[in-house]
Amino acid sequence: MSSESYKSISGIRFGLLDPDTIRKLSVERIITPDTYDADGTPITSGLMDGLLGTIDPGQRCKTCGARVGGCPGHFGHIELSRPVIHVGFNKLLYKVLRATCRSCHRVLLDPEEITEISGKMDEYEEQWGLPDYDLVEEILKKAAKRNACPYCSEPQNKIRLEKPTTYFEEIETETGQKQTNKLSPLDIHSWFKDISNEDCRLLGIKPSVARPEWTILWVLPVPPVSVRPSITLENGIRSEDDLTHKLVDIIRINQRLLENREAGAPQLIVEDLWELLQYHVSTYFDNEISGIPPARHRSGRALRTITQRLKGKEGRFRANLSGKRVDFSARTVISPDPLLSINEVGVPKDIAEILTVPERITEWNIEEMKELVMKGPRTFPGVNYIIRPDGRRVDLRYARNLQAVADSLQPEFIIERHLRNGDVVLFNRQPSLHRMSIMAHEVKVVPYKTFRLTLPVCRPYNADFDGDEMNLHVPQSEEAQAEARILMRVQEQISTPRYGGPIIGAIQDFITSGYYLTRKDAKYSKSEAAQLITAAGLEELPKPDLKGDNGEPLWSGKTLFSALLPDTFNFTMYNNLCEKRETCKKVKCEIEGYILIRDGVLVSGIIDKKAFGAEVPDSVLHRILKEYGADVTRGFLDSVTRMLITNITLRGFSLSGSDINIPKEADKKIAEILGKAKKDVQNIIKKYGDGTLERQAGRTEEETLEARIMEILAKARTDASDVGASYLDPENEALIMAKTGARGNMLNLGQMSSCVGQQAVRGQRIQRGYRDRVLPFFKRGDLSAEAHGFVDSSFRSGLNPVEFFMHAAGGREGLVDTAVRTSQSGYMQRRLVNALQDISSSYDKTVRNATGEIVQFLYGEDNVDPAKSDHGKAVNVSIIVNKILETHPEEADNEEED
Amino acid sequence: MAQILDKDQIENRLNVLLKKKLVPDSIVEELRDELKGRRIRKDQLEEIITEIVNSYELAQIDPGSAVGTVAAQSIGEPGTQMTLQTFHYSGVAEMSVLRGLPRLIEILDARKNPSTPTMLIYLDQNAEKEEELAKQVSRRIELTTVNKVAQSVIHSFSEGTIKIKLDETLLKDKGIEPQTVVKKIQLRRKECKVEIDPEEVNVIIISPLKELKFSDLPKLAEKIREITIKGIKNVSRVVVMKNREGKYFLQSEGSNFSELLRIPGVDPTRCYTTDITQIAETLGIEASRNALVKESLSVMKEQGLDVDKRHVMLVSDLMTHTGEILQIGRHGVSGKKSSVFARAAFEVTVKHLLDAAIRGEYDPLEGITENVIVGQTIALGTGIVDLTMSANYREFSEEKKD
Repeated sequence: MSSESYKSISGIRFGLLDPDTIRKLSVERIITPDTYDADGTPITSGLMDGLLGTIDPGQRCKTCGARVGGCPGHFGHIELSRPVIHVGFNKLLYKVLRATCRSCHRVLLDPEEITEISGKMDEYEEQWGLPDYDLVEEILKKAAKRNACPYCSEPQNKIRLEKPTTYFEEIETETGQKQTNKLSPLDIHSWFKDISNEDCRLLGIKPSVARPEWTILWVLPVPPVSVRPSITLENGIRSEDDLTHKLVDIIRINQRLLENREAGAPQLIVEDLWELLQYHVSTYFDNEISGIPPARHRSGRALRTITQRLKGKEGRFRANLSGKRVDFSARTVISPDPLLSINEVGVPKDIAEILTVPERITEWNIEEMKELVMKGPRTFPGVNYIIRPDGRRVDLRYARNLQAVADSLQPEFIIERHLRNGDVVLFNRQPSLHRMSIMAHEVKVVPYKTFRLTLPVCRPYNADFDGDEMNLHVPQSEEAQAEARILMRVQEQISTPRYGGPIIGAIQDFITSGYYLTRKDAKYSKSEAAQLITAAGLEELPKPDLKGDNGEPLWSGKTLFSALLPDTFNFTMYNNLCEKRETCKKVKCEIEGYILIRDGVLVSGIIDKKAFGAEVPDSVLHRILKEYGADVTRGFLDSVTRMLITNITLRGFSLSGSDINIPKEADKKIAEILGKAKKDVQNIIKKYGDGTLERQAGRTEEETLEARIMEILAKARTDASDVGASYLDPENEALIMAKTGARGNMLNLGQMSSCVGQQAVRGQRIQRGYRDRVLPFFKRGDLSAEAHGFVDSSFRSGLNPVEFFMHAAGGREGLVDTAVRTSQSGYMQRRLVNALQDISSSYDKTVRNATGEIVQFLYGEDNVDPAKSDHGKAVNVSIIVNKILETHPEEADNEEED
Repeated sequence: MAQILDKDQIENRLNVLLKKKLVPDSIVEELRDELKGRRIRKDQLEEIITEIVNSYELAQIDPGSAVGTVAAQSIGEPGTQMTLQTFHYSGVAEMSVLRGLPRLIEILDARKNPSTPTMLIYLDQNAEKEEELAKQVSRRIELTTVNKVAQSVIHSFSEGTIKIKLDETLLKDKGIEPQTVVKKIQLRRKECKVEIDPEEVNVIIISPLKELKFSDLPKLAEKIREITIKGIKNVSRVVVMKNREGKYFLQSEGSNFSELLRIPGVDPTRCYTTDITQIAETLGIEASRNALVKESLSVMKEQGLDVDKRHVMLVSDLMTHTGEILQIGRHGVSGKKSSVFARAAFEVTVKHLLDAAIRGEYDPLEGITENVIVGQTIALGTGIVDLTMSANYREFSEEKKD
């Protein structure tokens, strides 16, 4: 990379500007409250004076001579005819006034106390390198309590702060009467001026950079025009920035105050104008001070002044300084492409022609680069710009003779070429909740207008294709590209640091397809098998293991799947289908719930979600990742995806209303169950009415009744569901999806086919609505099941109006819940990230924060990276032992096998 | 076949491994368990050990890893999933305990007063075997006021007295004699005469010695209702439970840990409370760190979320490493950062800037936010490297030519 040295900032000191510095920094004293002439030229000594910098392209700055990009802008100043208080330091002012003597302006503490406290302060500062501000608070409190000065024995008065910025002294006269005396900014200024530097330290002020009297403003800096640019609207009318408006107000009042004072106007008028000036300067700094009305624009909108510019989510700090806008990025809708590798992203050609990668010309690539340049910016793998060593840019869109440009190329030129296959880019989807929300992909240029990504990577991004958009960034330097490729590539992120298991894996239809492929009765003819094997990217067909009716060779799905597994792979596990693990028949299991892989051959078991699904630890996929690494796992996932998509395309997969149809006799059984449950409910209600209901521990009778009813109804629903499920065809697609974990669960199925069940709001049966009843056609105080939201019908049979209402009530709670809780968890995460972002591990294995304080002596007590761990464990001992002792998995479990 | 190692030989080898401290002790223990009853050759054992050491080495965290951010994300990201779970479980009679996201936020906020604190109270050897003894202990803990044992508290204006009718069954349940109630009331209300009604059973008559103002009588009655007879403050309910081994233990609604440990019959070495501040006050900061880990993990587990322990430990350590419990947020960790920019970029921007100005603070740009703000490389990951070499392209290419 470039060997130019650059300056770095080692630190930043904060402080107050004193009036003299403000004058010195200023290029112009601003006097006129106007901006532009009638003909549009800036008025000299006006707020838009050319000396303050330039915002018009093409115009040069009158101070530094630079153009728009180069001129940083220059400050001006306003001389205030009377001093005003800086609102931000109001609280400080009040505290200092209370803690210092009104006559000799020293801190109201005994000399002994001061020596003791400053001793403590020194000690603290020596140890921690910064003053102890808690001690300062203590001093301020203690000193404010004194009634008389220990030095000049002047009695101290009570200081009162009235609303925003007016200070009063409450004097008690000898006659016992109370008298208030206003402290003008002038008084405060002369008071503060006398505070000694040593005393400043006790008050928590660093006098070398911030004298207390500097909080009283005599001079106001005027920010350069680049800070408050005016906008020219389409109709030619200039619209000024809010800050400019505010400055106009200040200058105007300032001028009037000056004139009135010089003309010897009555004290009252001068005071009023002074106060008005104070108001304008205050709102110039902060327009949201409590107690004073915000300054408004002509339209009635409150002005956005300095504080408002900095504060909050859209403020300078969070929107512009912590988060910066970037070039070389793109955003569009995403769509799926199962044929891509997980490492790839499909980038539309239109985008690839605009995003560029800088490439330095060397004597080794000059020929290739020349060819690229010849293609120009408009034919696809071309070049948009050339940067000469002297820093000049040549825009190839306007180059007349590409051949000539190509010939002029020399080493050390840099060309900005189109994005092409194999380039590394960062891909991101908001909300970026974890580090897998931004991963590096390799570019694959594709036609049309959407980004393409393959399905297993949907999970880490939490993406689907119902209109989601994603962002793409092109790293520009070789360093950045290398880092992205090594650290951020999708295959390096398969294992999540959250729990040390794969977060990328099969989802939805791939799981279904996996089930169909690895089922015992899955048989494939030669052409089908060849198709699947080719799709997976393999070239050799495995040996056929079955024979057809006519003696033709057939391939079982397990054999085809085994072709994708590493040859030395051994593993056993139970899948989702497994029902009773205790009485497992292992390989002989009829429902194929026991997965056994021996030497890379799937001997038994169906591959389902638990075996290779996303976000499932301790699976086949997880073992492959741990034992063979990211490269092999990526290859496995890519080929499995392609094989399974082919498989499910060959077979076809669909469901319809008939999948949840159950016979009449089942309906009858369900009706019976529900009827009986309702009778039970009535009985309990009767018991409750009679007062014979036995109270459960810690519950009132009403609570007991509710709990019992809910219990009965919940059981009725489950029973009804079970009946419904027992009548479903085992080949039913919906059932298969639920069982393998591809999509949906038995509850969903039961609700569709048998009975929707109890609707709840806040974990209770629905109680709200009219007085003592949910809807007006129930009897008051009706406690029965249907009156409180039990839905007998199934989604298949349809809900009656009452049921529909109850279901909507329950459903709405869920919606509200998600909406409310997402904002809560978002704020929680922001706080967590902000608190923890500086914390990192170091070479000495300790964990430290930004200042180098030790938070942990050994990260996680074993210094293991959770992402590299085996589901949280540093080392999976039993797997290592079994591997080396060559105990076969099923033998280790069960000796009498084989 | 090479010789099979006997038990002692394996044991010796494992002890050597333990002493070398190449891997955490827990892994050696795991290996010891795994090898129990296996036939193993020397070379196999050696191979296993090298493999274990190697894979432990490989799993080490890289220096400069952003472990903080990863921990924050790992805890925060499932937070959004917690929200999606709207299932409400209606179990058997249990106490209401705050769970899920609100509880997690409460833990990270390090609230002084958690909304539903509970205590797990283990009993000493005698009490844990007998239900009756356990009940007795529970009565000592549960806060019982006059109101809780009274059937009615009536004030009579004509007589100027207050009559309390005690409930017999409640008295029995709580194990209180009417006489103790009298004593307790007398102790708190010295200006009244408290006695048992000689005519009616379980009725206490309270007559103020001085004539009271008309409106003061109901007020007095209210106060008397709240007088404590037994138990400790803030513990509103105590339930006796039985664990799988048939031993009795107690669970409480409300927490007052320091008082609890003084109650006879309680085993103070095993008790636990969900109020982390109280743990810090009674057992110290290390205990509260462990409680933070335990509480956070149990919230995650309840929600069926898998989060590595290390992340939770890091957050807990950060919250406690100064010796007091710091909140995750403005009033704690984030507000105590040394950098002005880091604080200003988080919350209450302007206040931090103004304070920094009068204090003349210096920001040495050590953290992440500060360097992002000024546009410099952050000191994290590949950015922790200080030493770099400038590679001059021209020199390099000329060398090649020769």
